[in-house]
Amino acid sequence: MNQLVENLNALMGGLFLLAAFGMVAMRQARGCLNLFITQSVLLAASAALLGVRYHSEHLYGVAIVNLISKPLIVPWLLRKTSLEEIYTRREVDQVLNIPTALLIALGLTILAYFLGRPLSNAVGSEFRGPNVSIGIAGLLLGAFTLTVRREAVPLLLGVLAMENGAFFAGIAISRNLPMLVELAIATDGLIIVFIMGVLTRAVQKHIGTTAVGELAALKEEAAEPASEEVLAK
Amino acid sequence: MSVIVLLLIPLAATALVCLPLKRAWPMGVTVAANLALLILTARLAWWVADGNAAVSAPQVWLLKWIAVDGLSALILLLIALVATTAAIFSIGYLGHENLPPFKLRLYYANYNLFIFSMLAVPVLAEPTLVWIVVELTTLCSALLVSFDNTREALEASWKYVLLSLMGAGLALFGFLVLFAAMQASGVQTAYTWNGLVAAAPKMPPILLQTSFVFILIGLGTKVGLVPMHTWLPDAHSQAPSPVCALLSGVETTAVLYVILRLFPVMHASPGAHAEIWALVLGLISVGTAAFLLLQVRDYKRMFAYSTVEHMGVILTAVGLGAAVAGYGAMQQILAHSVTKSFCFFAAGSVLLMAGTREIAAVRELVRRSPVAGAALVFGGLAITGAPPLAIFLSEFTILKAGLTQGQYLATGLLAAFIVIAFFGVMLHVNRMVFGSPTEGRMNGSSDKWMNGSQPASSDGATTPSIHQSKSPPIQPARLPFSCGLALVLAAIPVLVLGLYMPEPLHELLTQAAAVLK
Repeated sequence: MNQLVENLNALMGGLFLLAAFGMVAMRQARGCLNLFITQSVLLAASAALLGVRYHSEHLYGVAIVNLISKPLIVPWLLRKTSLEEIYTRREVDQVLNIPTALLIALGLTILAYFLGRPLSNAVGSEFRGPNVSIGIAGLLLGAFTLTVRREAVPLLLGVLAMENGAFFAGIAISRNLPMLVELAIATDGLIIVFIMGVLTRAVQKHIGTTAVGELAALKEEAAEPASEEVLAK
Repeated sequence: MSVIVLLLIPLAATALVCLPLKRAWPMGVTVAANLALLILTARLAWWVADGNAAVSAPQVWLLKWIAVDGLSALILLLIALVATTAAIFSIGYLGHENLPPFKLRLYYANYNLFIFSMLAVPVLAEPTLVWIVVELTTLCSALLVSFDNTREALEASWKYVLLSLMGAGLALFGFLVLFAAMQASGVQTAYTWNGLVAAAPKMPPILLQTSFVFILIGLGTKVGLVPMHTWLPDAHSQAPSPVCALLSGVETTAVLYVILRLFPVMHASPGAHAEIWALVLGLISVGTAAFLLLQVRDYKRMFAYSTVEHMGVILTAVGLGAAVAGYGAMQQILAHSVTKSFCFFAAGSVLLMAGTREIAAVRELVRRSPVAGAALVFGGLAITGAPPLAIFLSEFTILKAGLTQGQYLATGLLAAFIVIAFFGVMLHVNRMVFGSPTEGRMNGSSDKWMNGSQPASSDGATTPSIHQSKSPPIQPARLPFSCGLALVLAAIPVLVLGLYMPEPLHELLTQAAAVLK
């Protein structure tokens, strides 16, 4: 029984990693959202499986909170705060082309493996799952997503994916976080979506784009044209 | 005294300012609430300085994670102080532009929420909850940074949120690993800062080290330590000036406080080297910021880079050895907060007078507005550590501690960077306040300055009226009263702390430094 649960957990981990890779490569905003939802469901599934394995009600709680907040409330909140049009956006020019991005992502995953191994060894001998390494990989890939994407929604989802990664690793090694903390972190995720949604909307209204990554007026060198303007007055 | 009241006041103020009443209402409520906070935190700090630890009485639910010691009392006091002066400054600063009532209420609601989130950082003692409120400080201030809704402000706000949240993601993993380390140690204590110190000797070093590095990098992003600082000059220059004072003066410090909390944990664990990390990151920050200060073109960015520099100084001081330089680090935290908030009030006054953020476009400020000019010079001198002022004293304490430790190389580098920063800031300030417009054009380093729309008059000593016609439009002749008042109020601690350290404050700093050991 335990063996089966652990194998299933490893399967969830593999799919979780696949979803993280997908978010690096996916060009469409809606596709990114779907991948993020899948990833969150996998996180919840892994939490539930670990709960079965270690007989921890606490982890069931994590699973339920994750299942409600991320796949359900996040997309709803996004729809409320930002315009529908955003979802149909395709990013044609990413900072890196997709094969290069995936290659770097692969490198990050290997790094995550070597970072994660000693950690899960140090926690104790009873746990031997791949969760810590996969979680760190999710964290790093999320951070990497933030550096290659330019559209607002994929960037926002990248932030949430980082949190997913941190949790995927976190619940495997620290199993008894107080429930209040759990709930607070979930609420926090929703506030992130709300504030970033409002910001995106403001950017769209005042600048007329949602490719926030392309905004680059604020640099030391870019100050020159502005001073010209001042002088012209 | 119940610490929870401190958190309830800004929440109540947030609710009150949303009421659709007259324009003066949200301003009045905010000033009153923050003044009340200042009095309460001063009382609390006094009490803690006497050697008491403030813990909430009923140990239930959320309340059991509330605890205030010397270090947190110091941060609380600084937040309340800057929040009060910034609230006063906001009256004149926002009254100047004719905002619709909705915008005004939005500003003050966000302002009070931001104060709430910052106050919660030192008050809470449970690390993961602290992580959440640190994240809340980002989210509550995001809309304040983008308040002007210009292209630049929105870009700055977006960068700020994105990079801070990226850092927060890394820090979250760090905090979860820290929790795992605590469980792995087998010591049965509550997951609080003090509990961590108690459990540290038995923690697996690899877990503790990993969590420290993740938290240092993650929260260091929000503090503005150098490789991760890129968002800071943008956000801290584009926000409205009173908000800049809060962001630069206390928000960075409040987040740095969380990093400092880990040092006693690292000390307690054998084989953990927190000092090296602090020393290296601190010196890199000070050095990079010092050289960037020489080439800034926007005077608010200049003060923002100076924040990066001072965060580096504080971290370097801790890296030199918390036992010796801890007091200096605390003194620097205090001096930096009061001075930097003054600097941003001065910068805000200049912005009101001159209408531009460009250093090159502001010349002869002392003629247009003697008050703003004098404030800018005073701020520039104070923030770079000119002798009889607060930062001089604290930097001197740190350098002295470094020398007694025998860390000659680090101390020498630190001193050199501080001197470079002094010249960087004073060069720009001097040109803005006293420089003649002609000189500005020469330094603009391109010929468009010379053959622009106006004929270049090479003799600098022409009549002021001619300068006026060349200069960017000057809106008000006089600084709003509340701005002047805020400048005076903020200048008092800068002056006083340079000459004399009151006994209770000295006690508080000693208590705070003791936490670091």
